[in-house]
Amino acid sequence: MAEIEVELKTAPADFRFPTTNQTRHCFTRYIEFHRCLAAKGEESGACAKFAKYYRSICPGDWVERWNEQRATGTFPGPL
Amino acid sequence: MIVLEWLFLTIAPCDAAEPWQLGSQDAATPMMQGITDLHHDIFFFLILILVFVSRILVRALWHFHYPKNPIPQRIVHGTTIEILRTIFPSIIPMFIAIPSFALLYSMDEVVVDPAITIKAIGHQWYRTYEYSDYNSSDEQSLTFDSYTIPEDDLEFGQSRLLEVDNRVVVPAKTHLRIIVTPADVPHSWAVPSSGVKCDAVPGRLNQISISVQREGVYYGQCSEICGTNHAFTRAPGNIGRLLSPLWLSRTTREASYYSERLEL
Repeated sequence: MAEIEVELKTAPADFRFPTTNQTRHCFTRYIEFHRCLAAKGEESGACAKFAKYYRSICPGDWVERWNEQRATGTFPGPL
Repeated sequence: MIVLEWLFLTIAPCDAAEPWQLGSQDAATPMMQGITDLHHDIFFFLILILVFVSRILVRALWHFHYPKNPIPQRIVHGTTIEILRTIFPSIIPMFIAIPSFALLYSMDEVVVDPAITIKAIGHQWYRTYEYSDYNSSDEQSLTFDSYTIPEDDLEFGQSRLLEVDNRVVVPAKTHLRIIVTPADVPHSWAVPSSGVKCDAVPGRLNQISISVQREGVYYGQCSEICGTNHAFTRAPGNIGRLLSPLWLSRTTREASYYSERLEL
Protein backbone atom coordinates (compact mmCIF):
# COMPACT_ATOMS: atom_id res chain seq x y z
CA MET A 1 0.00 0.00 0.00
CA ALA A 2 1.33 3.38 -0.93
CA GLU A 3 2.40 5.58 1.91
CA ILE A 4 0.28 8.71 1.86
CA GLU A 5 0.47 11.26 4.62
CA VAL A 6 -3.00 12.42 5.44
CA GLU A 7 -3.43 15.28 7.79
CA LEU A 8 -6.62 15.19 9.81
CA LYS A 9 -8.05 18.59 9.21
CA THR A 10 -11.49 20.11 9.22
CA ALA A 11 -13.19 23.46 9.58
CA PRO A 12 -11.84 25.08 12.75
CA ALA A 13 -14.02 26.11 15.65
CA ASP A 14 -15.30 29.58 14.84
CA PHE A 15 -15.65 32.11 17.63
CA ARG A 16 -18.64 33.64 15.89
CA PHE A 17 -20.53 30.40 16.44
CA PRO A 18 -19.59 29.16 19.88
CA THR A 19 -22.85 27.37 20.61
CA THR A 20 -24.31 23.99 19.79
CA ASN A 21 -26.34 25.55 17.02
CA GLN A 22 -24.08 25.59 13.96
CA THR A 23 -26.71 26.29 11.34
CA ARG A 24 -25.44 29.77 10.59
CA HIS A 25 -21.87 28.56 10.67
CA CYS A 26 -22.65 26.41 7.65
CA PHE A 27 -24.63 29.12 5.88
CA THR A 28 -22.05 31.82 6.55
CA ARG A 29 -19.20 29.69 5.28
CA TYR A 30 -21.16 28.94 2.13
CA ILE A 31 -21.81 32.62 1.53
CA GLU A 32 -18.22 33.53 2.33
CA PHE A 33 -17.02 31.10 -0.28
CA HIS A 34 -19.24 32.49 -3.00
CA ARG A 35 -18.45 36.07 -2.08
CA CYS A 36 -14.79 35.20 -2.21
CA LEU A 37 -15.28 33.66 -5.66
CA ALA A 38 -17.07 36.76 -6.82
CA ALA A 39 -14.32 39.01 -5.51
CA LYS A 40 -11.21 37.06 -6.48
CA GLY A 41 -12.33 34.87 -9.32
CA GLU A 42 -12.24 31.12 -9.68
CA GLU A 43 -8.56 30.86 -10.52
CA SER A 44 -6.96 32.53 -7.55
CA GLY A 45 -7.29 29.50 -5.29
CA ALA A 46 -7.68 31.74 -2.27
CA CYS A 47 -11.23 30.56 -1.78
CA ALA A 48 -10.47 26.88 -1.57
CA LYS A 49 -10.31 26.92 2.20
CA PHE A 50 -13.80 28.40 2.47
CA ALA A 51 -15.05 25.64 0.22
CA LYS A 52 -13.47 23.07 2.51
CA TYR A 53 -15.07 24.69 5.52
CA TYR A 54 -18.60 24.72 4.20
CA ARG A 55 -18.29 21.22 2.78
CA SER A 56 -17.16 19.99 6.17
CA ILE A 57 -20.04 21.54 8.02
CA CYS A 58 -23.01 21.64 5.66
CA PRO A 59 -25.02 18.53 4.84
CA GLY A 60 -24.70 17.56 1.19
CA ASP A 61 -28.42 18.02 0.60
CA TRP A 62 -28.32 21.60 1.76
CA VAL A 63 -25.41 22.50 -0.48
CA GLU A 64 -27.10 20.83 -3.40
CA ARG A 65 -30.28 22.81 -2.81
CA TRP A 66 -28.41 26.09 -2.45
CA ASN A 67 -26.47 25.42 -5.62
CA GLU A 68 -29.74 24.89 -7.46
CA GLN A 69 -31.17 28.06 -5.95
CA ARG A 70 -28.13 30.03 -7.04
CA ALA A 71 -28.48 28.64 -10.53
CA THR A 72 -32.12 29.68 -10.71
CA GLY A 73 -31.53 32.97 -8.95
CA THR A 74 -33.68 32.20 -5.92
CA PHE A 75 -30.91 31.91 -3.34
CA PRO A 76 -32.10 33.73 -0.21
CA GLY A 77 -28.74 34.83 1.15
CA PRO A 78 -26.67 37.94 0.37
CA LEU A 79 -24.15 36.94 -2.27
CA MET B 1 -31.09 -16.81 42.31
CA ILE B 2 -32.72 -15.69 39.10
CA VAL B 3 -32.75 -12.15 40.36
CA LEU B 4 -29.09 -12.45 41.32
CA GLU B 5 -28.30 -13.71 37.87
CA TRP B 6 -30.14 -10.80 36.35
CA LEU B 7 -28.32 -8.38 38.51
CA PHE B 8 -24.79 -9.66 38.55
CA LEU B 9 -24.16 -12.58 36.28
CA THR B 10 -25.12 -11.13 32.95
CA ILE B 11 -22.69 -11.09 30.09
CA ALA B 12 -21.57 -7.55 29.56
CA PRO B 13 -21.71 -6.60 25.90
CA CYS B 14 -19.24 -3.80 26.66
CA ASP B 15 -20.69 -0.56 25.43
CA ALA B 16 -24.30 -1.52 24.97
CA ALA B 17 -27.10 -1.74 27.49
CA GLU B 18 -27.28 -4.97 29.51
CA PRO B 19 -30.37 -6.68 30.91
CA TRP B 20 -31.36 -5.22 34.26
CA GLN B 21 -28.65 -2.68 34.14
CA LEU B 22 -28.82 -0.19 36.99
CA GLY B 23 -25.93 2.17 36.40
CA SER B 24 -24.56 3.98 33.41
CA GLN B 25 -22.54 2.34 30.72
CA ASP B 26 -18.77 2.57 31.00
CA ALA B 27 -17.51 5.99 30.10
CA ALA B 28 -15.68 6.34 26.82
CA THR B 29 -15.29 10.10 26.81
CA PRO B 30 -14.32 12.62 29.50
CA MET B 31 -17.86 13.97 29.15
CA MET B 32 -19.41 10.69 30.17
CA GLN B 33 -16.89 10.37 32.98
CA GLY B 34 -18.05 13.76 34.22
CA ILE B 35 -21.67 12.72 34.03
CA THR B 36 -21.00 9.54 35.98
CA ASP B 37 -19.04 11.44 38.61
CA LEU B 38 -21.79 14.01 38.97
CA HIS B 39 -24.30 11.21 39.38
CA HIS B 40 -22.22 9.77 42.22
CA ASP B 41 -21.77 13.21 43.80
CA ILE B 42 -25.50 13.80 43.78
CA PHE B 43 -26.17 10.33 45.11
CA PHE B 44 -24.10 11.14 48.19
CA PHE B 45 -26.51 13.93 49.09
CA LEU B 46 -29.50 11.94 47.97
CA ILE B 47 -28.70 9.09 50.35
CA LEU B 48 -27.81 11.50 53.13
CA ILE B 49 -31.23 13.15 52.85
CA LEU B 50 -33.00 9.83 52.46
CA VAL B 51 -31.45 8.41 55.63
CA PHE B 52 -32.05 11.54 57.63
CA VAL B 53 -35.67 11.99 56.59
CA SER B 54 -36.48 8.31 57.08
CA ARG B 55 -34.96 8.41 60.55
CA ILE B 56 -37.09 11.38 61.56
CA LEU B 57 -40.18 9.83 60.08
CA VAL B 58 -39.74 6.43 61.70
CA ARG B 59 -38.77 8.01 65.01
CA ALA B 60 -41.87 10.18 64.98
CA LEU B 61 -44.09 7.22 64.18
CA TRP B 62 -42.46 5.18 66.90
CA HIS B 63 -42.45 7.69 69.72
CA PHE B 64 -45.72 9.40 69.02
CA HIS B 65 -47.82 6.34 68.39
CA TYR B 66 -51.21 7.00 69.99
CA PRO B 67 -51.26 4.26 72.71
CA LYS B 68 -47.87 5.45 73.91
CA ASN B 69 -48.54 9.10 73.62
CA PRO B 70 -52.24 9.86 73.75
CA ILE B 71 -51.91 13.62 74.18
CA PRO B 72 -50.08 15.30 71.34
CA GLN B 73 -47.49 17.86 72.29
CA ARG B 74 -48.14 21.39 71.25
CA ILE B 75 -44.77 22.76 70.31
CA VAL B 76 -45.29 25.68 67.95
CA HIS B 77 -41.91 27.31 68.07
CA GLY B 78 -38.24 26.32 68.19
CA THR B 79 -35.74 28.89 66.99
CA THR B 80 -32.69 26.63 66.79
CA ILE B 81 -34.34 23.89 64.78
CA GLU B 82 -35.94 26.41 62.47
CA ILE B 83 -32.64 28.06 61.70
CA LEU B 84 -31.00 24.70 61.07
CA ARG B 85 -33.73 23.36 58.85
CA THR B 86 -33.66 26.52 56.79
CA ILE B 87 -29.93 26.80 56.36
CA PHE B 88 -29.03 23.19 55.61
CA PRO B 89 -31.55 22.63 52.81
CA SER B 90 -30.29 25.77 51.14
CA ILE B 91 -26.65 24.77 51.38
CA ILE B 92 -27.16 21.28 50.01
CA PRO B 93 -28.53 22.40 46.60
CA MET B 94 -25.49 24.62 46.30
CA PHE B 95 -23.19 21.64 46.67
CA ILE B 96 -25.20 19.94 43.95
CA ALA B 97 -25.45 22.98 41.69
CA ILE B 98 -21.78 23.88 41.57
CA PRO B 99 -20.47 20.63 40.04
CA SER B 100 -23.58 20.41 37.92
CA PHE B 101 -23.08 23.80 36.28
CA ALA B 102 -19.36 23.19 35.92
CA LEU B 103 -20.12 20.04 33.98
CA LEU B 104 -22.89 21.62 31.95
CA TYR B 105 -20.76 24.48 30.71
CA SER B 106 -17.69 22.36 30.12
CA MET B 107 -19.75 20.06 27.91
CA ASP B 108 -20.98 22.98 25.88
CA GLU B 109 -17.59 24.49 25.36
CA VAL B 110 -15.53 23.83 22.29
CA VAL B 111 -11.99 24.45 23.41
CA VAL B 112 -9.89 23.03 20.63
CA ASP B 113 -10.30 22.83 16.91
CA PRO B 114 -11.77 19.49 15.95
CA ALA B 115 -9.81 17.17 13.70
CA ILE B 116 -12.71 15.53 11.94
CA THR B 117 -16.24 16.55 11.18
CA ILE B 118 -18.85 13.85 10.82
CA LYS B 119 -22.36 14.64 9.79
CA ALA B 120 -25.03 12.38 11.22
CA ILE B 121 -28.20 12.90 9.26
CA GLY B 122 -31.35 11.27 10.57
CA HIS B 123 -33.91 9.68 8.28
CA GLN B 124 -36.98 7.61 8.86
CA TRP B 125 -35.56 5.11 9.84
CA TYR B 126 -31.88 5.03 9.31
CA ARG B 127 -28.90 7.32 9.58
CA THR B 128 -26.80 8.77 6.84
CA TYR B 129 -23.26 9.66 7.71
CA GLU B 130 -21.16 12.05 5.72
CA TYR B 131 -17.44 12.50 5.93
CA SER B 132 -16.61 15.43 3.74
CA ASP B 133 -13.42 16.97 5.06
CA TYR B 134 -11.44 15.95 2.00
CA ASN B 135 -13.92 16.80 -0.71
CA SER B 136 -12.76 18.74 -3.67
CA SER B 137 -16.23 19.24 -5.07
CA ASP B 138 -19.74 19.42 -3.70
CA GLU B 139 -20.71 15.92 -4.80
CA GLN B 140 -17.82 13.84 -3.56
CA SER B 141 -18.77 13.19 0.05
CA LEU B 142 -18.01 9.87 1.56
CA THR B 143 -21.60 9.09 2.41
CA PHE B 144 -23.17 5.91 3.63
CA ASP B 145 -26.44 4.78 5.17
CA SER B 146 -26.54 2.92 8.42
CA TYR B 147 -29.51 0.61 8.90
CA THR B 148 -30.36 -1.56 11.87
CA ILE B 149 -29.93 -5.23 11.16
CA PRO B 150 -33.41 -6.79 11.30
CA GLU B 151 -34.02 -9.38 14.01
CA ASP B 152 -34.13 -12.26 11.55
CA ASP B 153 -30.76 -11.45 10.05
CA LEU B 154 -28.79 -11.22 13.26
CA GLU B 155 -25.71 -13.34 13.59
CA PHE B 156 -24.76 -15.04 16.81
CA GLY B 157 -23.45 -12.53 19.33
CA GLN B 158 -24.98 -9.48 17.75
CA SER B 159 -27.26 -7.34 19.86
CA ARG B 160 -30.89 -7.21 18.85
CA LEU B 161 -31.98 -3.79 17.59
CA LEU B 162 -28.51 -2.40 18.19
CA GLU B 163 -26.40 -3.85 15.45
CA VAL B 164 -26.16 -1.89 12.21
CA ASP B 165 -24.95 -2.79 8.76
CA ASN B 166 -22.55 0.11 8.38
CA ARG B 167 -20.74 1.39 11.41
CA VAL B 168 -19.39 4.86 11.87
CA VAL B 169 -15.66 4.62 12.15
CA VAL B 170 -13.80 7.31 14.00
CA PRO B 171 -10.28 7.60 15.35
CA ALA B 172 -9.77 7.33 19.08
CA LYS B 173 -8.27 10.15 21.15
CA THR B 174 -9.11 12.71 18.52
CA HIS B 175 -11.40 15.67 18.81
CA LEU B 176 -14.46 14.98 16.77
CA ARG B 177 -17.12 17.38 15.69
CA ILE B 178 -20.40 15.68 15.05
CA ILE B 179 -23.02 17.68 13.22
CA VAL B 180 -26.45 16.30 13.92
CA THR B 181 -29.41 17.09 11.72
CA PRO B 182 -32.35 15.19 10.26
CA ALA B 183 -33.73 15.18 6.74
CA ASP B 184 -37.36 14.64 7.70
CA VAL B 185 -38.73 14.61 11.27
CA PRO B 186 -36.91 15.29 14.54
CA HIS B 187 -34.52 12.56 15.58
CA SER B 188 -31.91 12.36 18.27
CA TRP B 189 -28.41 11.01 18.02
CA ALA B 190 -27.44 9.32 21.24
CA VAL B 191 -24.52 7.16 22.26
CA PRO B 192 -24.75 6.53 26.02
CA SER B 193 -21.16 5.53 26.69
CA SER B 194 -19.88 8.67 25.06
CA GLY B 195 -22.28 10.81 27.07
CA VAL B 196 -23.93 12.23 24.00
CA LYS B 197 -27.57 12.76 23.30
CA CYS B 198 -28.15 15.42 20.72
CA ASP B 199 -31.50 16.27 19.25
CA ALA B 200 -31.66 16.49 15.51
CA VAL B 201 -33.98 19.32 14.57
CA PRO B 202 -35.07 19.83 10.95
CA GLY B 203 -33.39 22.83 9.40
CA ARG B 204 -30.87 23.18 12.15
CA LEU B 205 -27.36 21.85 12.62
CA ASN B 206 -26.44 20.85 16.12
CA GLN B 207 -22.84 20.33 16.98
CA ILE B 208 -21.37 18.08 19.59
CA SER B 209 -17.72 17.68 20.36
CA ILE B 210 -16.46 14.39 21.65
CA SER B 211 -13.14 12.72 22.08
CA VAL B 212 -13.38 8.96 22.43
CA GLN B 213 -10.71 7.83 24.86
CA ARG B 214 -10.61 4.12 24.22
CA GLU B 215 -11.14 1.81 21.35
CA GLY B 216 -14.29 -0.17 21.13
CA VAL B 217 -17.68 -0.54 19.56
CA TYR B 218 -20.25 1.85 20.94
CA TYR B 219 -23.96 1.48 20.54
CA GLY B 220 -26.75 4.01 20.61
CA GLN B 221 -30.32 4.45 19.57
CA CYS B 222 -32.58 7.17 18.37
CA SER B 223 -33.83 9.09 21.38
CA GLU B 224 -36.64 11.09 19.90
CA ILE B 225 -39.91 9.54 18.86
CA CYS B 226 -39.53 9.74 15.12
CA GLY B 227 -42.29 7.57 13.72
CA THR B 228 -43.64 4.03 13.72
CA ASN B 229 -40.29 2.33 13.42
CA HIS B 230 -38.68 4.37 16.16
CA ALA B 231 -38.45 1.65 18.72
CA PHE B 232 -39.84 -1.74 17.96
CA THR B 233 -40.56 -3.03 14.54
CA ARG B 234 -37.10 -3.68 13.26
CA ALA B 235 -35.31 -0.38 13.19
CA PRO B 236 -35.04 2.07 16.04
CA GLY B 237 -34.63 5.37 14.25
CA ASN B 238 -30.95 5.79 14.38
CA ILE B 239 -28.26 3.56 15.53
CA GLY B 240 -25.22 5.64 16.01
CA ARG B 241 -22.34 3.34 16.17
CA LEU B 242 -18.88 4.54 16.87
CA LEU B 243 -16.05 2.20 16.25
CA SER B 244 -12.77 3.54 17.34
CA PRO B 245 -9.79 1.44 16.33
CA LEU B 246 -8.43 4.01 13.96
CA TRP B 247 -10.62 4.08 10.88
CA LEU B 248 -11.01 0.33 10.69
CA SER B 249 -12.80 -1.50 7.98
CA ARG B 250 -16.41 -2.62 8.04
CA THR B 251 -17.88 0.55 6.64
CA THR B 252 -18.63 0.95 3.01
CA ARG B 253 -16.55 0.43 -0.07
CA GLU B 254 -15.74 4.11 -0.17
CA ALA B 255 -14.69 3.95 3.43
CA SER B 256 -12.30 1.12 2.81
CA TYR B 257 -10.95 3.10 -0.11
CA TYR B 258 -10.22 5.92 2.30
CA SER B 259 -8.79 3.63 4.94
CA GLU B 260 -6.42 2.24 2.32
CA ARG B 261 -5.33 5.73 1.52
CA LEU B 262 -4.87 6.39 5.19
CA GLU B 263 -2.62 3.36 5.49
CA LEU B 264 -4.32 1.95 8.53
